[in-house]
Amino acid sequence: MNGADAIIKCLEEEKVKYVFGYPGVAICPFYNSILSSDIKTVLVRTEQSAAHMASGLARTTGTVGVCAVTSGPGATNLLTGIATAFADSIPLVCITGQVNSSLLGSDVFQEADVTGAAESFVKYSYLIKNVNDIPRIMKEAFHIASTGRKGPVLIDVPIDIQNAVIKNFKYPEEVNMRTYKPTVKGNGMQLKRLVSALEKAKRPLICVGGGVALSNAESELRKFVEKSNIPVVSTMMGIGAMPTEHPLYFGMVGNNGKPYANKAIRECDTLLMVGARVADRAVNQPDFLTDHKVMIHMDVDPAEIGKNIGPTIPIVGDAKAIFEELNKEDINASEPEWLNKLYEYKKELNIKRFPDSKYVDPQEFIEYLSDKMDEDGIYVADVGQNQIWSCAYHVVKKGRFLTSGGMGTMGYSIPAALGAKLANPGKQVIAVCGDGSFQMSMCELATIKQENANVKIIVFKNGYLGMVREYQHFTYKDNYSVVELNDYPDLEALAKAYDFDYFKVTLDKELSRTDKFLASDNPGIMEVNINPMDIVKG
Amino acid sequence: MKKIYSVMVENRSGVLSKVSGLFARRCFNIDSLVVGETFDPEVSNMTIVSSGDERTLEQIEKQLNKKLDVIKVKTFNEEQSVSRELMLIKVKYNKNNRKDILEICEICSAEIVDMSKTHIMIQICNTPEKIAVFRSMLSGISVVEVARTGTLALPKCNDKDN
Repeated sequence: MNGADAIIKCLEEEKVKYVFGYPGVAICPFYNSILSSDIKTVLVRTEQSAAHMASGLARTTGTVGVCAVTSGPGATNLLTGIATAFADSIPLVCITGQVNSSLLGSDVFQEADVTGAAESFVKYSYLIKNVNDIPRIMKEAFHIASTGRKGPVLIDVPIDIQNAVIKNFKYPEEVNMRTYKPTVKGNGMQLKRLVSALEKAKRPLICVGGGVALSNAESELRKFVEKSNIPVVSTMMGIGAMPTEHPLYFGMVGNNGKPYANKAIRECDTLLMVGARVADRAVNQPDFLTDHKVMIHMDVDPAEIGKNIGPTIPIVGDAKAIFEELNKEDINASEPEWLNKLYEYKKELNIKRFPDSKYVDPQEFIEYLSDKMDEDGIYVADVGQNQIWSCAYHVVKKGRFLTSGGMGTMGYSIPAALGAKLANPGKQVIAVCGDGSFQMSMCELATIKQENANVKIIVFKNGYLGMVREYQHFTYKDNYSVVELNDYPDLEALAKAYDFDYFKVTLDKELSRTDKFLASDNPGIMEVNINPMDIVKG
Repeated sequence: MKKIYSVMVENRSGVLSKVSGLFARRCFNIDSLVVGETFDPEVSNMTIVSSGDERTLEQIEKQLNKKLDVIKVKTFNEEQSVSRELMLIKVKYNKNNRKDILEICEICSAEIVDMSKTHIMIQICNTPEKIAVFRSMLSGISVVEVARTGTLALPKCNDKDN
């Protein structure tokens, strides 16, 4: 057994089903060993996609996504994907091949210091220098990635270590790290303070972030909310933690959120933040939240608490474990006046859109699509105007809503959708992107075909990098700079080249074409022509 | 506000870069940073002096604790600790100022550790404030080279220490 065999054996022990990646000489021992395993491999078309696919798989299964690429450019191409996963706390184990360990530091062919380069956006990284360390390191890597605040772990393996003989392989049963013991259970005293603060509150509100889905706490949250009758808003990463049409859910907050959600945040007197970073897009004036308010911040990462906002009551722990604990008690915080007020706001305050009848209105389209989607379908939004419209108008029922919220990485949706589809072959998976973000990942159309995966891709075509164009419209008074895409590629010809179905809607009255697009057994591209001058701000 | 962090870390390659990188990336100040082995060869100790507002100083502690190579972080203010710094300073002397230099050294408990016909090297080990005083006393003298260790500190003795 050599080092590469040992790595594969460890992946099997961790019940890994897919490895996304791209081979090169430095990772060839790994890809040779994987041939004798049942683990499936997916050959991506560029390494960044490998991390996004692993992310799509991880987010929809609650397991760790795995990718494996070669040294040098393979590893550096992967970096954006790792940073994207880090920003959204997605558990990944990323394996990179590395040059021979005796050559490390000598700038030989395809050598890049990837552990150094990735240091600020991995949860942890390893450079394996002894083949006998492989079982321990692999065990630790999966443990670190999937516990506490989840995140990507990078393992850099020199080719000679992959080829070295390992004696007495034994996969450890336990992890023993004196430096890493994440807190799961909430402190009893702090929980009591939380309960009493919510009970005293006249206008309580819960704001949920990505931490809810990461800790798989959706049903516990819902139970808590329904029992206590406390209204909920969410950040972008928190979309889907509550069903969109739940009577106690009041939409996404932030500068691209629902006006009534922001109003709720401003007017509440007690705010419970759950698994949210309170970053600039969700809350542009963090101090606002702590002025004249009781602020309770629940997060599994103690460093998040007090980073952007000074809470009155900090609670460190896992959302699922904490809500399970809280659900044992009866909390009566309902104030019908407050709820009624929020219902009024929801009716009154809405972004007014001015659709142009010459094009498809994105709102109409997404609402139609949402309605026709399977209840448990997975909706993957890319980055840009398409993302903001998706957040605003997609109705999550029992499915998932995935997007790159923290890093805002264009090109996320197509590979993430493929990862999600492979992990959930029975579910409908739809990627929604703009013509800018589509072109960042369109090489993966081939991968989708190769994997025979029925991924549906919707392209909002407006010939612009719409979000930046909108920014330049407001900030630079229509002085557009480097935002105009031309009409290429011809999506119909492209669909033909890759054997995809092709559909097109140019007017609202053609929306029903979506039905056939969704029903087909073949992957498809749907081109949606939207007004290039449309804005999300309304 | 100043704070001293005594950080026990795993003695592995790359750990210093991870810790100092954290300070650079998050725009935390490093007033000084000293690393050395402890009695346990697998553990190193870093003494980091930093300054900033209260929230920043708290974040530094939390972010340090988050690092997976960090075993333990102790923080204390200057008054809660005994801190020392060592400075080596090489000065040019002549027969007019030689006596003055020796006198200053004596007052400040500094030691002459090397000497030539034109230069002397002085060693002083004291609190950062005393070292600053010593340095200013030598301001009229031509200083050739200076090397300082940065602050080392441990919390004051307590009967509850184990």
